[in-house]
Amino acid sequence: MSAILQLPRDPAVSVEGLTKTFPAGDRLLVALHGVSLEVARGEFLCLVGASGSGKSTLLNVLAGLDQPSAGAARVDGRVALMFQEAALLPWLTAAGNVELALELRGVGGAERRRQARELLERVHLAGAGNRRPHELSGGMKQRVALARALALDADVLLMDEPFGALDAITRDLLHEELERIWNGSGLTIVFVTHNAREAVRLGDRVLVFSSRPGRVAHEVEVELPRPRSLDSPELAVVAGRITDRLRAEMGRDGS
Amino acid sequence: MAAELIPDLESLEAVSGSVPVRGRALAARAWSGTWPKLAAVALALCLWQAVVWAAFWPDYLLPGPLAVFGRLGQDLRQPEFYLGVAITLRRALEGYLLAIAIGSALGLLVARVPVLRKAIGSAILGLQSMPSIVWFPLAILLFQLSENAIIFVVVLGAAPAIAGGLLNGVDHVPPLLVRVGRTMGARGLALYRHVILPASLPAFVGGLKQGWAFAWRSLMAGELLVIVNHQASIGQRLQFARDLSDAVGLLTLMLVVLFIGITVDSLFGVLDGGIRKRWGLLSD
Repeated sequence: MSAILQLPRDPAVSVEGLTKTFPAGDRLLVALHGVSLEVARGEFLCLVGASGSGKSTLLNVLAGLDQPSAGAARVDGRVALMFQEAALLPWLTAAGNVELALELRGVGGAERRRQARELLERVHLAGAGNRRPHELSGGMKQRVALARALALDADVLLMDEPFGALDAITRDLLHEELERIWNGSGLTIVFVTHNAREAVRLGDRVLVFSSRPGRVAHEVEVELPRPRSLDSPELAVVAGRITDRLRAEMGRDGS
Repeated sequence: MAAELIPDLESLEAVSGSVPVRGRALAARAWSGTWPKLAAVALALCLWQAVVWAAFWPDYLLPGPLAVFGRLGQDLRQPEFYLGVAITLRRALEGYLLAIAIGSALGLLVARVPVLRKAIGSAILGLQSMPSIVWFPLAILLFQLSENAIIFVVVLGAAPAIAGGLLNGVDHVPPLLVRVGRTMGARGLALYRHVILPASLPAFVGGLKQGWAFAWRSLMAGELLVIVNHQASIGQRLQFARDLSDAVGLLTLMLVVLFIGITVDSLFGVLDGGIRKRWGLLSD
């Protein structure tokens, strides 16, 4: 494993001794404890862990929505963040949601409309630009959210269980699309999930987080050739190993 | 599978979207929304007539619907009547627009500035519980018996409700949407303009509606109390009708007040329904 593991010289994301605590009543809840990791430019990194392992907290810190309690987190370039809920603005159309991201980046009128159209085409929603969020299915909403994230022209895309609420078939399709968009784009992706198979399906590398406090407990390089199938036995073997590690981590926590 | 489904969906839409079906469905829906209202009006008129027939009061004090609607028919042919309605509506509009301007500015300021919120956030809501008629003695001292006294009280009645609506909206913006806005790089005013204010629109419209109700009540109270020369507004005519013991005229004017109130209220209903539909908060 370590033979292929070459530390990138100029990582897109570097986290050094990151600790994040939250006050919980009269005690301090340690969400992350001394987490260090690096993500190479253009790498697809997956984080798996049980709930309470601080994965979402890590993304929030990376996105600049939260400050570290100790240690440092550095992201090189612009960051986009996607959540489990599409969180589209309900008063805007699908295209309007994408255009707002462009507008906030300073892209002007006609160019904005053209780019929004292109981005919606990229996520296979060419005809749905004029629809409102409530007229879209769960999968379509996440596609719009993906287009909106891409509209930020980010160097690093942080994804917090983005497909967790979708049915299996839709999720499968979105895996393909995400891989297609990522492939060769130079985009760095940090993808949080609690599903080991999903992590192995998508990631170049998978980090297993322990719970309470969240730490990097284990690292797996995924060497299966792409495109991978969620149902292939090879993938199941790797995912099985990760699931075992997850179980061990949860057992240690006593939960 | 998806490819097979799509033509089916399209043909389905084509059927339901064809004009005669939609037209008939619209008429049916309009009727199903209208008949309960008509029935309620009919019931109210019957009750009114029943009370008149019961003869608790002589009919020169409590006339029946027929006499009142007869007078309404006469009034509707007289230019002075429309002049009175116009004066009242102009005052309502002036006071209400002023209240929107002041209430929105106040609401926004209190939402944005934590110190202001601590200082007067609850006072704004407390102000609403103050009956607006209580302000009139002061208003008359400050502005004499003038239209300004009326407008002053209308604004005081409506502005807190509008500010409260906006404040309530800002407070209840889903945190996730704010997070989305911030990850898109919206900060400060841009975040307000693109996320927080649009997200508070439904609550703001609620505040506008409540503000209108307060404004209309304050205006009627004001027109009864503050008689301005050569301005025969609805309230003023109502007061004259009482002075002259013209019960038919009095009830006619009350009907007009009720009608205007209901009409404006239903306009807000249309606005609110439009927003809900756009946002997908209606289950059709």
